[in-house]
Amino acid sequence: MQAETLSGGFADPSLHSAHAFRSVMEAMARPGTLQDISGAAPPAPLSPAAGAVLLTLCDTETPVYLAGDADTDAVRAWLAFHTGAPMTGPSHCTFALGTWDALTPLETYPIGTAEYPDRSATLIVECPTLDAPSATLKGPGIKESAMLSLPEHDAFVKNSALFPLGLDFIFTSGSRVAALPRSTEVLCADSKPLSREEGSA
Amino acid sequence: MKDTLDTENPRKAWMSLMALAPEGRVASLLASVGAPPTFTWLRVPEIGSTMVRGRAGATGAPFNLGELTVTRCALTLDTGEVGHAYIQGRRKADAEAAAVVDALMQTKLADTLQEAVLDPLISEMAERKAARAAKAAATKVDFFTMTRGED
Amino acid sequence: MYVAVKGGERAIENAHAWLAEERRGDVTIAELDVAQIREQLSLAVNRVMAEGSLYDPDLAALAIKQARGDLIEAIFLIRAYRTTLPRFGASAPVDTGAMACDRRISATFKDLPGGQILGPTFDYTHRLLDFKLAAEGDVPEAPSREAQTGDVPHVTGFLNREGLIEEAPQDDTPPPDLTREPLEMPADRALRLQALTRADEGFTLGLAYSTQRGYARNHAFVGELRIGKVPVEMDIPELGFAVEIGEVTLTECETVNQFKGSKTEPPQFTRGYGLVFGQAERKAISMALVDRALRWEELGEDNLGAPAQDAEFVLYHADNIQATGFLEHIKLPHYVDFQSELELVRKLRNAAGTGQVQEAAE
Repeated sequence: MQAETLSGGFADPSLHSAHAFRSVMEAMARPGTLQDISGAAPPAPLSPAAGAVLLTLCDTETPVYLAGDADTDAVRAWLAFHTGAPMTGPSHCTFALGTWDALTPLETYPIGTAEYPDRSATLIVECPTLDAPSATLKGPGIKESAMLSLPEHDAFVKNSALFPLGLDFIFTSGSRVAALPRSTEVLCADSKPLSREEGSA
Repeated sequence: MKDTLDTENPRKAWMSLMALAPEGRVASLLASVGAPPTFTWLRVPEIGSTMVRGRAGATGAPFNLGELTVTRCALTLDTGEVGHAYIQGRRKADAEAAAVVDALMQTKLADTLQEAVLDPLISEMAERKAARAAKAAATKVDFFTMTRGED
Repeated sequence: MYVAVKGGERAIENAHAWLAEERRGDVTIAELDVAQIREQLSLAVNRVMAEGSLYDPDLAALAIKQARGDLIEAIFLIRAYRTTLPRFGASAPVDTGAMACDRRISATFKDLPGGQILGPTFDYTHRLLDFKLAAEGDVPEAPSREAQTGDVPHVTGFLNREGLIEEAPQDDTPPPDLTREPLEMPADRALRLQALTRADEGFTLGLAYSTQRGYARNHAFVGELRIGKVPVEMDIPELGFAVEIGEVTLTECETVNQFKGSKTEPPQFTRGYGLVFGQAERKAISMALVDRALRWEELGEDNLGAPAQDAEFVLYHADNIQATGFLEHIKLPHYVDFQSELELVRKLRNAAGTGQVQEAAE
C-alpha cells in the first residue's frame, strides 16, 4: 500500500476529531446553519468536509456505502486505513456517501425500526454548493424558521413524515457542512401537499 | 503455534514475532543496530481493542470471548517505506519500534535487521516456549498397572 | 410533601480521601505494586479479565489494587475502561487445537495422545494451610522433562471418528455481540456462550452444580480440560493479510454428556463447551455444564423447568455488573420515592382505622 493513501488523516486525531464532531453536532442541532470542518485531506473525489465527517463518525462497526463516483480504490483504501469501516451496499449501511444523484433513490436505505429508530442510515451528500438556500426548515433546533440549500424537496418532505423513523442527512461542500435530521420539517415555496406528491411518486 | 518463520509471507511472520516480544525488547535490539531512522507518522500510536473470538465446541460457530488491548501505529521512512505495527497491550514505544523495523525490513538493511533483531527474537521465543513446555512435560502422568494379586 | 435538597459534596470528598487512606492500610507495611498483584495474585487477575471481558493483566491488577481486592468492583472498573477503547476489529477464531498446553487432562480417557498433563494445579494438594508461605523465601524451580512437540489433538475428535458424539461443524456466521447490541431472546448459542464466558463465576458455578444435583440432569464428564496460550490473529485491512497481534492464556473445557436420544437426535454423546480468559477451570467447567443445559431445545430434550434450562433466567442474571448495579442502587438516596410510599401506608392505615399508630411511627 502506498503512503499517499495512508496520509490525509487527522494529524492530531483526538483534537481534530473533537473539533469535527463539534461541527457535525452543531450542524445537526441547528439545521440550516453552515459549519466549518477541516483537518482531513481525502483522495478525490471526496471533499475535505466529507473526509472529516467520515474520519469522525466511522469505525469498524459502521458499514459504509460508497455511491457512484465516490467508490474508488483510493477512497476504499483510505477509509480502510483511517477508519476500518467495512464496505457494504445501501441496504445495510450505517453511512452512505456520494452525490445526490448517486445516492438516490432513498427507499433502499435502512430507516430504523419502531424499537430501534437509531438503526438507520445517515447519508453524507456531496453538494456543489451550500450557498443557494432553496428550502424553509422548521422544527427542533430552529427558532422560527431557517433556510438551507437542498438538492430536492419531495424526498425530504417524505422522510420527515417517517419520524421517528427515517434517514438523517449531512451535506458537505468544500470545507463546510450542514445537516438535516429527520426531525426537521421541510417546507418550500413550490411544494404541493404531501398527499398529492405521494400519488405522483 | 508456529515455531518457524512463515516463508510464504515473511512480512506476516516478522510482524507476528514482534507482537509477541517482551516489553522493550524490539527497541533495545534495534538500538544495537545504530541510530533510529527518521520517519513521519501516518498514524500515531493508538490504544484500542480487538474482540477475540472462539468457536463453540472448539470447531463450530464463532462467538465473542472478550477483548484484548492492542496498540497500533503506522509510519513512513524518509525513503518512502511504510511500516505498520499491531501489538498486544498498551505499549506505544514497542509499537513504534516494531513499525520502524517493519519499514526497515523493506529496505536494503533487511539482512542486518534479520540478524540483529529478528533472529534473537526467534531464539528467545523458542527458549521461552521450550522452558514452559518442559515444565508441563514434567507434570505428565506415567500410569503403571498395579499387580492384580493372582499370586 | 418533600423538600428537594442538594449537598454532601464535602462529605463525599472526605469519604473518598478516607477510602484512599484505608486502601493503603498501615503505612509501616510495604505497599503492593501492580506487578506483584499481576504475578502473585494471578488467578484473581484472570477472573477480573474474564468477567471484565478485557485481556490485559496489568490493567486487571491495577483494578484489583484500586478496588482493595473487591473483585466485582475491579471487574466494574475494567468494564468501564473497556468502553473507552476504540475497537480495531475482531480476531480470527482462536485455534485451541494449537494451544501450547500448560495443563491438559481428560476424565474420560486415561491413555490419550499427548498424555495427561497436570500443570500447575491445586488438585491433589491437601488443602492444608502452608505456614511456610507466611515467611518470605525462595521457591525452587519446578522440574523439567523433555517435551513432545506437535499439536495436542482434542479428545472429542476421537469420539467423533466413531460417530458416538455430536459434531461441531465449522460455520463462519459472524457472531452477535452483546457488548454492542442489547441481549435479546431467543439467544442463539454464540450469544449464550459470550454471556456465559463473562458471567459471574459464583452464579455460573451454582447453576452448574444444580444440574449435577438433578435440576436438568445431564450427567457430564470432563472430556477434556486444557489451559495454555494460543496466538490471536487479526486481519489487518490496510495490509490485506492477517498477523498475530498477541497471545492469550485460555482455559477450555469440553464436557461429554450422556444422551439417550430424543425425537430428533440418535443416542450419542452430546457436548457442552466452556472457554474462558486466563487460568479459570472452575469457571470453564461450570460454563460447559450450563451451556449443555441451555441446549435442551436444539437437542429436542424435554424442558424440565430447571433454572439452568431457562435461557432468559440464566442470561439476564449472570452478569455481576448488571446485577450489582441494580442491587446496590437501592442504597443510594431514595428519599422522594420513600416519602410517597410513607404517605401511602399512612393513608391505608388511616382508612383501616389504625391511625393511632401513625404518631408512634413518627
